[in-house]
Amino acid sequence: MTAASLTGANASTEVPLKRRLRRAERTRQVKALALVAPLLVFLLFTFAGPIAGMLWRSVDDREVRQVLPQTVAALAAWDGKDLPDETAFAALASDIQAARASGTVAIAAKRLNYALNGFRTILTSTARNLKAVPEPGTAKETLGRINAAWRERATWTTIKDAGGPITGFYLLAALDLTRNVDGAIVAASPDQAIYRSLFARTFIISFSVTALCLILGFPVAYLLATLPPGRSNLLMIFVLLPFWTSLLVRTCAWIVLLQSKGVVNDSLHWLGIIDEPLRLIYNRFGVCVAMTHVLLPFMILPLYSSMKAISPAYMRAAASLGAPPVTAFLRIYLPQTLPGIGAGSLLVFILALGYYITPALVGGAADQMISYFIALYTTETANWGLASALGAVLLLATLLLALVYGKLVQGQQVTGGMKN
Amino acid sequence: MNDNSSLRTPSQRIAWTATIVVSTLVFIFLIAPILAIMPLSFSSGSYLTYPLPGLSWRWYDDFITSPRWMNSLKNSLIIGVASTALSMVLGTLAALGLAQWKSRFKPLVLAFVLSPVVVPGVITAVGLYFFFAPIGLTGSYLGLILAHTALATPFVVITVGATLQSFDTNLARAAASLGASPLYAFRRVILPLILPGLASGALFAFATSFDEVVIVLFMAGPEQRTLPREMFSGIRENISPTMTAAAVILTTVSVILLATMEGLRRRNERLKGGGS
Repeated sequence: MTAASLTGANASTEVPLKRRLRRAERTRQVKALALVAPLLVFLLFTFAGPIAGMLWRSVDDREVRQVLPQTVAALAAWDGKDLPDETAFAALASDIQAARASGTVAIAAKRLNYALNGFRTILTSTARNLKAVPEPGTAKETLGRINAAWRERATWTTIKDAGGPITGFYLLAALDLTRNVDGAIVAASPDQAIYRSLFARTFIISFSVTALCLILGFPVAYLLATLPPGRSNLLMIFVLLPFWTSLLVRTCAWIVLLQSKGVVNDSLHWLGIIDEPLRLIYNRFGVCVAMTHVLLPFMILPLYSSMKAISPAYMRAAASLGAPPVTAFLRIYLPQTLPGIGAGSLLVFILALGYYITPALVGGAADQMISYFIALYTTETANWGLASALGAVLLLATLLLALVYGKLVQGQQVTGGMKN
Repeated sequence: MNDNSSLRTPSQRIAWTATIVVSTLVFIFLIAPILAIMPLSFSSGSYLTYPLPGLSWRWYDDFITSPRWMNSLKNSLIIGVASTALSMVLGTLAALGLAQWKSRFKPLVLAFVLSPVVVPGVITAVGLYFFFAPIGLTGSYLGLILAHTALATPFVVITVGATLQSFDTNLARAAASLGASPLYAFRRVILPLILPGLASGALFAFATSFDEVVIVLFMAGPEQRTLPREMFSGIRENISPTMTAAAVILTTVSVILLATMEGLRRRNERLKGGGS
């Protein structure tokens, strides 16, 4: 009886307390979220929104639809097997008349020319020679007479494909693919199929730079992790100073050093080692050297912290158990640095993939990476759809690698004793 | 070496010597280009090669008297300071919030907040170019400041977040139990303790903006060209000795930033060491 009333009293005071605690906790969480919210909103406006906009542009396809609305509508019902019927021709003639009046022919011509080389000429010559809207029933004949291309099925499928409002055209083009006359996805013609090799080149350069960084960075990280703190802190300046120095300064420095009348060539000439200046820059060599210089600290720092966490006791234990130094290094030390190697390599590789400034300044035409073409298509040729599609592919590759990196670093924090 | 005890066998000694030799070469590789460019800026001649014909300040004079270079330096400072200030406010608030927030979405939010660091500069720049042009933010200081803030804030969140992680929350509770209002506790207890973290965050943010060139390439009008942007065109056209002077000025700024950072780190270590 007393026991029951006691527990009853306990329960009645405990529940409100629990609830109050929970409420307090909830308020705390709401407050915490309110502190993060300004940044989230800000990034939505200055980062996520713009990137989403870019991704949208890679599938957005409304130019032809806006300039040739009746044609696109007339072609919607067309099965694409034979030439479209008279209504489509009449719609096109009427659209071209309207477009010429409003001066928008070039907009559609530019878009259609991406898909079918020479379309610009077809459309502009037609616009020029089509004096008036043809009599009913004669549109097919009139257009065919002005330009024989209107008698070909491919001309019409190109317009239908470009009719929008969304398209896979740019994304396919970024992967060297296109749709043929029958709508099947096929390889693009060799003169347009440059992007797979471009991605391959980007990967090869990034991979070479990552490998170079690992080869050069490993001994340095090992030295820094093994030396007593006083001395390693001093030597760390050699890593941190370049890390903090402006990218432009470092690129400029490499050009001054490596150009044909630069410091290196002059010195070698003065020493009598060479007669003709060596070609050290504006080629793949220059790109790899400059990029390795810029990215090396990103390899050394994670390697260093993973090596720092390895207790020397393991190596001593291995030695005391009779392992020769090489075996001990390969079997005991190296495996423990693998997370650091993975993190450093992925970081360098991810950063290298998106490089633009360094290859643009110290590379030749054959050393430009994917970012260069994204920039080129955005600012020079204004082929925004293709620029966005290449950007989408690069973004996807980067984010996938970043995801792996995130998992790797997270795992490291759990196992690497970094938790206090 | 201090590590003599572990260097018993000849093969170990050879390996250690090899490590030192390779590391020395890598250190030279890392530092030599930066050092090699410096004396050239003091050359009295206009060829970028050694030996120097003589010493002079003429390229620094050239830099200081050139409206183009001075304007770019001014722009870099304006944009750098403004985006640092903005990213400090946004980043510190977010770091404080994230430290208290418990949710399974937290890793996702954190990944989103940090993503501007990972996404290639060209992608951010192209996105911003499309997004800001229709609303008149290209060719404006405000557009560049906003864009640089987005790039710099992750560094503030990381550094301030790391400081908060080592912060003893009992101190805040103690302040509260002694009757301090949250704001007062923040100002008198939390802020002094996380100040070094804030300072390193600010340095990182400033360095990010001060060094950024891809977004400036896409978004700046002729009026907003920054120092790295001016160097980019300079390198494209022809590297003049004035550019080496600009490089030395930029490097000096980097050294100051690095030294401040090192000082903060040491102070922090000393405080931690004294505390335990």
